[in-house]
Amino acid sequence: MTTTSITLAETPLLALVLRRADDALILGHRLSEWCGHGPMLEEDIALANIALDCVGQARSLYDYAATLDGRGLTEDDLAYRRDVGQYRNCLLVEQPNGDFAATIVRQVLASAFLDPYWRAMTASADPTLAAIAAKAEKETAYHLRHSAEWLIRLGDGTPESHERTQAALDDLWPYSGELMESDDAEAELVRAGIAVDPAAIRPAFDATVAMVLREATLTAPAAPWRQGGGRVGRHSEHLGFILADLQYLQRAHPGATW
Amino acid sequence: MYTQALNAQEVHGRPVVDPAEEARGARFQARIDAEDRIEPNDWMPEGYRRTLTRQISQHAHSEIVGMLPEGNWITRAPSLKRKAALLAKVQDEAGHGLYLYSAAETLGTSREEMFEQLLSGRAKYSSIFNYPTLTWADIGAIGWLVDGAAIMNQIPLCRCSYGPYARAMIRVCKEESFHQRQGYEIMLTLCRGTPEQKAMAQDALNRWWWPCLMMFGPPDSESQHSDQSAKWKIKRFTNDELRQKFVDATVPQGRYLGLTFPDPELAFDEASGHWRFGTIDWEEFKQVLAGNGPCNRQRMKQRRDAHAAGAWVREAAMAHAQKRARRAAEAAALPEAA
Ligand SMILES: [Fe+2]
Ligand SMILES: [Fe+2]
Ligand SMILES: [Fe+2]
Repeated sequence: MTTTSITLAETPLLALVLRRADDALILGHRLSEWCGHGPMLEEDIALANIALDCVGQARSLYDYAATLDGRGLTEDDLAYRRDVGQYRNCLLVEQPNGDFAATIVRQVLASAFLDPYWRAMTASADPTLAAIAAKAEKETAYHLRHSAEWLIRLGDGTPESHERTQAALDDLWPYSGELMESDDAEAELVRAGIAVDPAAIRPAFDATVAMVLREATLTAPAAPWRQGGGRVGRHSEHLGFILADLQYLQRAHPGATW
Repeated sequence: MYTQALNAQEVHGRPVVDPAEEARGARFQARIDAEDRIEPNDWMPEGYRRTLTRQISQHAHSEIVGMLPEGNWITRAPSLKRKAALLAKVQDEAGHGLYLYSAAETLGTSREEMFEQLLSGRAKYSSIFNYPTLTWADIGAIGWLVDGAAIMNQIPLCRCSYGPYARAMIRVCKEESFHQRQGYEIMLTLCRGTPEQKAMAQDALNRWWWPCLMMFGPPDSESQHSDQSAKWKIKRFTNDELRQKFVDATVPQGRYLGLTFPDPELAFDEASGHWRFGTIDWEEFKQVLAGNGPCNRQRMKQRRDAHAAGAWVREAAMAHAQKRARRAAEAAALPEAA
């Protein structure tokens, strides 16, 4: 029996690109699930906008990853033919949409990291990554602004919205630390000026989150425990279902053009 | 707000026509005949307002409900390019809904009211969206055929006598024709693909063809609104005329794909230059309109669920805006109090 699955030989640079690409694709996929079901028409449009930006970022990054891999694979091979264990996204982005509060909390946590991260990456010594970053940082600035405004409305809205949003924050908070984790391979790229150390983004992340939570009258959970493992392919149960949807046609019709 | 209800007064059950009203009505019709655009603050007969509100809001509802069948496939789109294009397309439909609700609001009915009419089942939306999307090819077929039929209906509406509707339609039509080309391109890719993909495309055409012909509405012999709408230049072609235009434009496109239409009577008539087609099953159309199509209940339930699930969000947004306004007012009052 043959398989349609692929595995990549992950050099430090390829691993980095896959982490960023998978974060973008899975977050975009989750956001796209809202389309047609948002709390108001304007929000259907806004969430689709953010999802489109994420999918667009993922495509540029997969394209670069395919070039680095050098075997003639395409962006679609990378998105549609890797199994759960080969995906490198952090666990935060694969968490379910939940109610609108969970989606907004997830987005604020992700964007509070991604926005300063991509801004810093515009100075990457790798010209392709610098170019991707230059486009991404404009998009992430909007993602952060839009989701932070919602977090403030929901936190400082009605008692019900406050309660739902605090609950979502309590649920998702343990996943935020993984955004700022890295490993020896990434450290090598940081020394070469190709990558930004995710840990170096921590002060900006903390400042943004603290400011938004204060305005939203929400409390950052004290929980010291952390969830992680996505960067080495140890995911939550949710990713398998995402990929079952995402990959089904490519898997059912190997080699077909769509 | 100018008065809306005084065009024809009912006295003892008999309409009494005021001569001043009659003169206004004649002036209004003269403007329409001169291809003048009617704008929101202009006087208009009550029937004109009612007809347009119904038509524009139904059109808006169709855009919104139409997001659901296609939205089904966003998470399963077979390539990243297709996923982005489909997401952008469904987002466009949400935008169309928004412009159309805004156009209808200029006639004096609020979006909340129109939403309420949709969710309570009093307002209609296009019958086509009560059919299921079963395979990826349905996304191609919807773009090619459903958006294609929408364009046939909507191009003449760019010249509709009501200004806000006509202007909304110009923008909408540009996007619909992009959707139509994109859908056709999906079909073309499938038809040039594997035998399974081609079969998928054929199956989609088989299922969508007749419901698309029904999108133009009942035959002229049975249509109720057409005469007055034509006089008001809301509708410039009859249902049957538009349906024929659609068939004539679409059949050659389908043949180019190498697909067959599910109509043994479909044949080109040399004398008239038209494609002649078989009899539409109007009973099916009536059933779908009456709520008995394959997905009517599901679509309405999804819309109601989304609206209900979003209620706390909308309340929060309002409560927060009020808090902000109050704080701003308090801050402004502070120096005087000090
Ligand atoms: Fe549309
Ligand atoms: Fe439309
Ligand atoms: Fe469309």
